[in-house]
Amino acid sequence: MNEFRLSDLWIIAPFLAVVLTSMAVLILEGIRRNNATASYATSITGLVTALGLTAATYGSADSGFRDMVSQGAFATYFSGLFIVVGLLTIVVSRGYLRRQRWQHGEYYALILSAVSGMILMASGTDLIVIFLGIELMSLAFYVLAGFFRTKASSNESALKYFLLGAFATGFLLYGVALLYGVTGSTNLAVISSKAGSLGGDPLFLLGVGMIVIALGFKVAAVPFHMWAPDVYEGAPTAVTGFMATAGKAAAFAAFGSVFLKGLAFTGTDVNLLLAILAALSMVVGNITAVVQNNIKRMLAYSSVAHAGYILAGVAAGNADGQTGMMFYVGAYAFMTLGAFTIVGMLEGVDGQGLTYGDYTGLSGRHPAAAFLMAVFMFSLAGIPPLAGFFGKYYVFLAAVEAGMTWLAVIGVLTSLVSVYYYLRLVVEMYFREPATGPDSHPAPGSMAIAALSAYAVVQLGIYPSILLNLINGRI
Amino acid sequence: MIEQYLPIFLTLTAAVLFGFVMVKLNEWLGPKRPDPEKLSTYESGMEPVRTARERFSVKFYMVAVLFIIFDIEVVFMYPWAVSFHDLGPIGFFSMMTFILILLVGYFYVWRKGALQWD
Repeated sequence: MNEFRLSDLWIIAPFLAVVLTSMAVLILEGIRRNNATASYATSITGLVTALGLTAATYGSADSGFRDMVSQGAFATYFSGLFIVVGLLTIVVSRGYLRRQRWQHGEYYALILSAVSGMILMASGTDLIVIFLGIELMSLAFYVLAGFFRTKASSNESALKYFLLGAFATGFLLYGVALLYGVTGSTNLAVISSKAGSLGGDPLFLLGVGMIVIALGFKVAAVPFHMWAPDVYEGAPTAVTGFMATAGKAAAFAAFGSVFLKGLAFTGTDVNLLLAILAALSMVVGNITAVVQNNIKRMLAYSSVAHAGYILAGVAAGNADGQTGMMFYVGAYAFMTLGAFTIVGMLEGVDGQGLTYGDYTGLSGRHPAAAFLMAVFMFSLAGIPPLAGFFGKYYVFLAAVEAGMTWLAVIGVLTSLVSVYYYLRLVVEMYFREPATGPDSHPAPGSMAIAALSAYAVVQLGIYPSILLNLINGRI
Repeated sequence: MIEQYLPIFLTLTAAVLFGFVMVKLNEWLGPKRPDPEKLSTYESGMEPVRTARERFSVKFYMVAVLFIIFDIEVVFMYPWAVSFHDLGPIGFFSMMTFILILLVGYFYVWRKGALQWD
């Protein structure tokens, strides 16, 4: 009953490192009040350690805690991605919080606890562990969204996210309960082995549907996307960048664990359901993004659209779909984190400097930022040879292979729509008269991270095989 | 089979009767000098009916939140204590880890001064 091996701890070593760092930051905050520098340094150290541990576990495949968590290329790839994005976010946040005059060490503890939840989501092979990971991440996100607690918009964002998120959690738990009721287990492998004989058991399908709703909410897929624009707009920009990249990647890791690795649906009604969600997300996300005037809202709708593209890979349900989903999530993380980093850098203390108009003539005032932003916009629009193009290429290829050509066609057509609003920003920055916009503050940390992200976007566009080898465990 | 429940039924009947009789006796025999204050609902010394659009000090929320956290900690400990012997050393160390994590939170809360009323 209680077999426990010390090697089980090795399987969750990156998770343990992040959790322990998070607690260390809390203790540090208790001992030396309002000393954010110590918390910052500790967080960086902890995440680098966790990254080292992730790299050390690369290539091994094992499962522990009675098949509740597993190690392998999938878990390692996602864990590494979460930790890297967490690191970049922490570096960006340091300067961002200082400019917004809201330095508190708890911020880093919350980011770390969100990262630890994400790692659980990617390495869990049991619905309960995945649920635990989702909650660990979401609870940290609710607080982070409302981190600027004196700002009404930040509070609004946190409250909306919390209420709707709690509702989505209810769906998830109900779905898990139904699957448990039908199959007698919460373990994905056991559920999968019994799924064949159940066939079209309505309770089984209902359970799966509930989980689709909950995870669809977490990735902000239409029609469960209503929270995204308000939450993304009101939350501190550094947090928004983190939620839109690592948070989305984690939700897709859960999608992958349940629908690609665990239950492995291929060519079923569930795949069709996911394909419809993907198509709706692409259409609604891209078309609504066109009429936005606030950059953060535009990026929020763009993230809804990208959730649609990535979901196409999940809907395809084949090996290429999984690879495409994982590649896209990685590429998307860098381009969106970079874009939000620039947005956060140009944002004023009172939340001004967030509209298209504020970016007019940016190439004259801040050529480096304008150039980096343009790179991210081109990549988001999917223009080759940047990373965004290959992400789209792989997921659409997977969709065609799975016989969903219509989905790929919708994807390409809506991508064309998206070119309009991404390039509108480029036009605004480069081809309009330089207006006297808000002063840009010197932000070496943010600039360095944005440059690093841009480098990753270009590198992954030219040599996508780097990431593909990592995904397929071929290094 | 059903006869085994007879003592329980008798106890239940006695309990209901006792409660009923006591309340009624009190009603018949007790002196009554009502005034508006006495007739109002007891609400810990507060006025029972008034506007709810009122601000409470954040300290109340603090106490409520902390209470819930540590209350739930205890809820987890009851089943653990009951099956302590079956769980063995792993069960013991799991619970110690859990308590240690909560202690970190407790330490943080204490040092941040959330436990001080003034």
